[in-house]
Amino acid sequence: MSIIISMVPATLMVATPIIIAALGGLFSERSGIVNICIEGIMMVGGFAGATVCVLLESHPTFGPYAGWLGLLAGLVVGIIYSLLLAVSTINFKADHTIAGTAINLLATGITVYLCQIIFGQQRTVAFSKGISKMKEIPLLSDIPVIGEAFTGIYPTIFIALILVVVTWFIVYKTRFGLRMRSCGENPHAAASMGIDVYKTRYVAVMISGAFAGLAGAIMVLTNGIQYTASSIHGVGFIAIAALIFGKWNPLGTLGAGLFFGFSSALGVYASMIPILNLIPSEFFSCIPYVLTIIALIIFSGKAVGPKASGQIYDAGKR
Amino acid sequence: MSKKYEKILIPVIAIILGILLGCIILIISGQDVGALFNGLVKSATGFDFSKPSSGLNLRYPGEFLVSSMPIILTGLAIGFAYRCGMFNIGAEGQVIVGSLASCMVAILVPMPPVVGVIVCLFAGGLAGALWAFIPGILKCRFNISEVVTGIMLNYTALYGANYFLKGLPESTTTRTVDIPANASLSSEFLSSITNHSRLHWGFILVIICVIAYWFIIEKTSFGYSLRATGFNKEGARYAGIKVNKSTILSIMISGFFAGLAGAVILQGTFGYGRVMSAAENYGFDGISVALVGGCNAIGILLSGLLFGLLKVTQPLLQTSGIPKEIGDIISSSIVFFVAIQYAIKYVLTKIELRKGKAQSKKAGDVQ
Repeated sequence: MSIIISMVPATLMVATPIIIAALGGLFSERSGIVNICIEGIMMVGGFAGATVCVLLESHPTFGPYAGWLGLLAGLVVGIIYSLLLAVSTINFKADHTIAGTAINLLATGITVYLCQIIFGQQRTVAFSKGISKMKEIPLLSDIPVIGEAFTGIYPTIFIALILVVVTWFIVYKTRFGLRMRSCGENPHAAASMGIDVYKTRYVAVMISGAFAGLAGAIMVLTNGIQYTASSIHGVGFIAIAALIFGKWNPLGTLGAGLFFGFSSALGVYASMIPILNLIPSEFFSCIPYVLTIIALIIFSGKAVGPKASGQIYDAGKR
Repeated sequence: MSKKYEKILIPVIAIILGILLGCIILIISGQDVGALFNGLVKSATGFDFSKPSSGLNLRYPGEFLVSSMPIILTGLAIGFAYRCGMFNIGAEGQVIVGSLASCMVAILVPMPPVVGVIVCLFAGGLAGALWAFIPGILKCRFNISEVVTGIMLNYTALYGANYFLKGLPESTTTRTVDIPANASLSSEFLSSITNHSRLHWGFILVIICVIAYWFIIEKTSFGYSLRATGFNKEGARYAGIKVNKSTILSIMISGFFAGLAGAVILQGTFGYGRVMSAAENYGFDGISVALVGGCNAIGILLSGLLFGLLKVTQPLLQTSGIPKEIGDIISSSIVFFVAIQYAIKYVLTKIELRKGKAQSKKAGDVQ
């Protein structure tokens, strides 16, 4: 029991960036743009977050908030970087997967290049604090026995939870959300109703970039001590898995993100748990990916994903 | 503008733009642009402009070929599936399982020379083909995007392979034992003529594969049905082509090429199995190679050499004082420019229109 309780903070730490990045992917996919470059945007966001944190840490006034300003930087840079995806797929009608692959590859190059220019090494300088853990959470930490699970967790999980609600509200309860979904289902029908498909998709991709950039910064500033080329190590792709496993809906994505976070924490803690310690840790690393394939087989035949996702929109084509 | 002309022109423009962008980035960040070109020439020929008296060092071209071999093979893999309308982003995973299979056979099964090499290569290719069968069958049976399955299988392969590699006899946590000489592609002779580079016999396999690719795609009825399927699925079905069969076969052959790439890396370049914490992007490099090469055999060979050159030059750049990631930036931006060829075509037609107008104006003057 005590092991399970001590796994909660680790689970939440791993799950936070997965959930936020997957929500980002949700916006873009729901508008009809396949966002395979979540990984790359997370890298750029993580790099920006770490860099801003390192540079501001010793500043007299901004110093105490360096971590949070780092998150902001990740978000802003994520938006800017996602414009590459928006311009190439929306204006220049590039294949979404190919453009996304190029943007992913570029992210590794550009972030480490900038590290070399700014810090003279292939990684950022280590920051001393990043985002600190919360000592305790009012009310939750006071609960006997399980209260212990809520001590020493990062405040960023609350950002993720808030974003889940916000995403749900935007997607299902606002005019923009309805328009966005219609662009992802049938852009020509949407256009015939007077919706500006280009603009809607632009906004959706930029929101997606903001979320992914934020997720990258959170990951580096909570999970790591500096940005390196392997800081993100495939979490962007786990986020895509979480999005699919959560059936392209915010609450499902939250569940999938938490579950993948748990399976990853289990990989670390399994050696301390009887029976589970017989299973190799690689098995736990594979879980998200294998389950996503199984989920896809189960979902198949039922329309769950956005129908027009990945199709190139050409206003002149019918 | 004719289609054929465009097919060559667009990649060339993309390559020029990519290199130009790289130079601009170097200049803005205050780096030495000359070192980039010196590095590229040195890697390709072994000639160093800063030390012209030292002559040609053939080690550099040797290593250049070594780094090109696997990505030409993954380029063939991506290109083959792409011609049939499949985007085999799972090539990365197929490289990993190919490497694993060839490693396991090499270490566990004692074999005579030559036969050992061929059996291990074949094992790698077969493993890649079987790994590629999964996205293929899921696409045909359940209409699941091969891109998503491919990505998921890449990571499954990465972690799964590590488990098996560590389980081989006498493996450490980072690597296996060296594979027996009978299964190795490395050659004393090739190494000695290239000043102790790692050049190995894999290049013969690469040449065979390039020819096989060209022959299957262009000269057989199977290749024709593949291209027809990629061009218009419903049309192909109407013409009596078994679309599902050609889809699955195309991605399996694609996987075979990727698996071979994995085997070549293992049997030639390194000579032992490595436990990896992250993928090495051979599959993703293959995407770049295939797209820039226009998915045809000669194009893939040439663009594979280009990307191999950019890759092998990187450490050289770092030692001459410029950040080696400029190589990644150039190669990824080339792919990006190929991806937005719509924009390049648009500019080209604009230029052509203007030329046409100018010509008709001139003609008017004469009259």
